[in-house]
Amino acid sequence: MNVFTLSWRYLWSRPLATVLNLLLLALGLASMAFVLIARDKVDRAFERDLAGIDLVVGAKGSPMQLILAGVFHLDVPPGNIALADVQQLQQHPQVAQLIPLSLGDNVAGFRIVGTTAAYPAHYGATLASGALWQEPMQAVLGAQVAARTGLQLGQGFVGAHGLGAGGAVHAEAAYTVTGVLKPCGCVLDRLVLTATESVWKVHDDMHATDDMDDEDRAALAADREITLALITYSTPLAAVSFPRFVNDSTAMQAAAPAVEITRLLSMVGVGTRVFQGLGVVLLGVAALSVFIALWSAVRERRTDLAMLRMLGASPQKVGALLLCEALWLAALACVLGLLAAHGLVALLGAMLMAEQSLAITGWQWVHTEVWVPVLALGVALLAAGLPALGAYRLDVTQLLNSR
Amino acid sequence: MIEALGVAFAYPGGQMLRFNDVTVEQGGTLLLRGPSGSGKSTWLALVAGLLTPSAGVLRVAGQAVAALGPSARDAWRARNVGFLPQKLHLSDALTVADNLALVYFAAGMPVDRTAIAQGLAALGVADLAGRKPAQLSGGQAQRVALARALLLRPRVVLADEPTASLDDAACATALQLLQRTAQACGATLVVATHDARVLQALPQAQVLGFQAVAGGVAP
Repeated sequence: MNVFTLSWRYLWSRPLATVLNLLLLALGLASMAFVLIARDKVDRAFERDLAGIDLVVGAKGSPMQLILAGVFHLDVPPGNIALADVQQLQQHPQVAQLIPLSLGDNVAGFRIVGTTAAYPAHYGATLASGALWQEPMQAVLGAQVAARTGLQLGQGFVGAHGLGAGGAVHAEAAYTVTGVLKPCGCVLDRLVLTATESVWKVHDDMHATDDMDDEDRAALAADREITLALITYSTPLAAVSFPRFVNDSTAMQAAAPAVEITRLLSMVGVGTRVFQGLGVVLLGVAALSVFIALWSAVRERRTDLAMLRMLGASPQKVGALLLCEALWLAALACVLGLLAAHGLVALLGAMLMAEQSLAITGWQWVHTEVWVPVLALGVALLAAGLPALGAYRLDVTQLLNSR
Repeated sequence: MIEALGVAFAYPGGQMLRFNDVTVEQGGTLLLRGPSGSGKSTWLALVAGLLTPSAGVLRVAGQAVAALGPSARDAWRARNVGFLPQKLHLSDALTVADNLALVYFAAGMPVDRTAIAQGLAALGVADLAGRKPAQLSGGQAQRVALARALLLRPRVVLADEPTASLDDAACATALQLLQRTAQACGATLVVATHDARVLQALPQAQVLGFQAVAGGVAP
């Protein structure tokens, strides 16, 4: 029998109080851990999807909407832009890479994105099977799309108008699956990629009429549009002048993802701080509850502790017994709190996945979680300090005088 | 053996209590007799090394306890002093066997479950090892507390009012058991009591008298 086993037995000699204290402490730690983990996962998801994209160019409107639509595919884009304007930008010396994206349709709620091979290459995506599209109306599925829709190589599918499920079906324009991407943990997992021309073809067909002649069709081609373009600068200095150039000199809007995401996170940060504040309050209540439990344990067990001293236990050993009880509570609450927090983040991830939103996994260790055991230890030591001191200073002769 | 010569103790308030001299041979029995508050418990605490004499010489089992530092005194008490308090103070959080295991915990020794079983068996309560103290009768609890006091075969057993709540028959049985088991261990037995029945039951014991403290009771 050592101080750990004995404190464990003393702890569970009051099961109701122990369970209540454990729940309180675990709830406080879980809410703190949830904020830490969720924040980290969202940050990483943003970082992953933003990787190397310096600027998004699209129709004038809300810059945040443009970023959410173009980079994360979470919002609808503000409109379309002329292909000719984009091609001019591509020639600009400060542009190293420009990836065109054309949105407009979906399959089973997953967005169909008309683009070039540079888009999957930008995220370092590799094929699990098949090959990239070689011509219009061929499509490559993200890993999540393939898993959810069950579409296989060679199978055909038709897109529906709009970016969410339920739009009018383009029954006359079927795509063929030529490839499936490996999971990348990025936005590509929930996209259907195809050639930009596929999107034009579907919508040309939609708007073309039988009485159109070649001249009309050529005019239609000259008016080609895309939805937006993802730009990588050739020089960091471009960040200063290029967005202003786009905003002032063209009919397009330039939005810097880093700026917009910082703005978004600072808005979300209010909610985060409220949640963290709630966690602090819960931890405070838990600390108080553990303190009261240990304090009353010292009072209830004063004679037990004095008997221990009478049997020869040092004051340090008796004080350590109380501290150990608090440490057990902290350790158990820490495990429960972290499990609950990871479970909640996993649940959040599943909900986001169901809505084809950010890819978040709950069952991965986040380095900031190291603060949770530290916090638990701090709360335990704070709550147990005074009771342990009381046990340490116990007057053993009172035991002899107690009648 | 206990040797107390000119022992006095000053309470924090300044009140000084002087004790009569006494020498008890190893294996002998000493009764501390006197009214409540006359200083019997203080004398027990001095013998156990929980308090330090302000004056005089107090040697217990050959050791001048006051000469030891606090940690050494705790360790010495764990090995040399068995204690049977009036209220027994068995922990309800633990089983009977684990209550005895506390002795090893306090002494910083590995738990010897065989010795615990033997200790309980020697007092006829081996079958109670797995029970909680709340499930024991008064007599059973007293035997368990006695087994705890004698587990490490101490040189001195201190019993504080061991018969206070017992009827005549139980009193005689408890005292016989106490003396017999202490003698079997070769321990010096010290019984603090104001119960006249104890003197009758232990006629061969030495007696150290305590007087009521002037102006009230010993703090």
